[in-house]
Amino acid sequence: MNLIYESWPWYIGGPAIAFIMLFLLLIGKKFGMSSNLRSLCSIGGAGKLADFFQFDWKSQRWNLTIMLGAAIGGYLAANYLSSNTVEINESLLPQLQAYGINSAGKAYLPTEIFSMENLGLKNILILLGGGLLVGFGARYAGGCTSGHGISGLSNLQLPSLIAIIGFFIGGLVMVHLFYPFIF
Amino acid sequence: MKTIIYLITGILFGIVMYKSEAASWFRIYEMFNFASFHMFGIMGSAVAIGFIGVHFFKRKNIKAIDGSELSLQPKEKSIARYLLGGIIFGLGWALAGACPGPMYTLAGVGYISILIVILGALIGTFLYGIFKNKLPH
Repeated sequence: MNLIYESWPWYIGGPAIAFIMLFLLLIGKKFGMSSNLRSLCSIGGAGKLADFFQFDWKSQRWNLTIMLGAAIGGYLAANYLSSNTVEINESLLPQLQAYGINSAGKAYLPTEIFSMENLGLKNILILLGGGLLVGFGARYAGGCTSGHGISGLSNLQLPSLIAIIGFFIGGLVMVHLFYPFIF
Repeated sequence: MKTIIYLITGILFGIVMYKSEAASWFRIYEMFNFASFHMFGIMGSAVAIGFIGVHFFKRKNIKAIDGSELSLQPKEKSIARYLLGGIIFGLGWALAGACPGPMYTLAGVGYISILIVILGALIGTFLYGIFKNKLPH
């Protein structure tokens, strides 16, 4: 197994995420990525329009630094540590092809949605709409996959379990009910 | 010095997100089709080890490095906000194929198109701030 270029199996990725979460607890912080979006809104002046953004975003500089690191980590991983392709269960390929997505196994993200050559109005709406739902939902639910999914569940918090159930209801509805109309 | 520690933590997180393929749209699609154990294994093992760690910290009454209590405060009780917010989040997660952490990672990889997703996420966060008091919590 070539750990440098090949993708990491779940039993490396999962524990690594847990150790990052536990490490942040020990240094007096908590693992949660979506709250950076709120900080960025505050930096952009959203506090003038809504009280929700009137808080001391400078107290969140540590998390913004982690966000910056996550971007640098992506750059390093994609350029020096990866073949940049993702193999998924082959039984899904016919369905993806029916949606016009033929890049499974050949790219990290579907080029049909994410490449600049294919960036038409439809893809812009998919990307903008997807992001909007993620941003709105994460703040409404008070956390995302990291804050609820990892931090909250590790602490056996019922609100986080409810949020995760919601994540899956939403995801399943999107993929199984809405995808045929979108793609 | 602290900034360096946060930066390195973030870099490791970004590498893990990318290398474990949790940042791949394909893996999210596969997860919502229950077609692979991969994503469930990542989240399941992270929660299992996270739980053991948190449980251990609590039992030993371990404090943060600055002497403060660990940030493990219980979240406020409610069903509506977690369920409704969660469903909205899930719809977006499955459509864009990225949650907030991987968004930053993919931006670092150089996907210009992910900046549209991040812009959408900022608009979504902003709209929540505007309509917060009108929503059931």
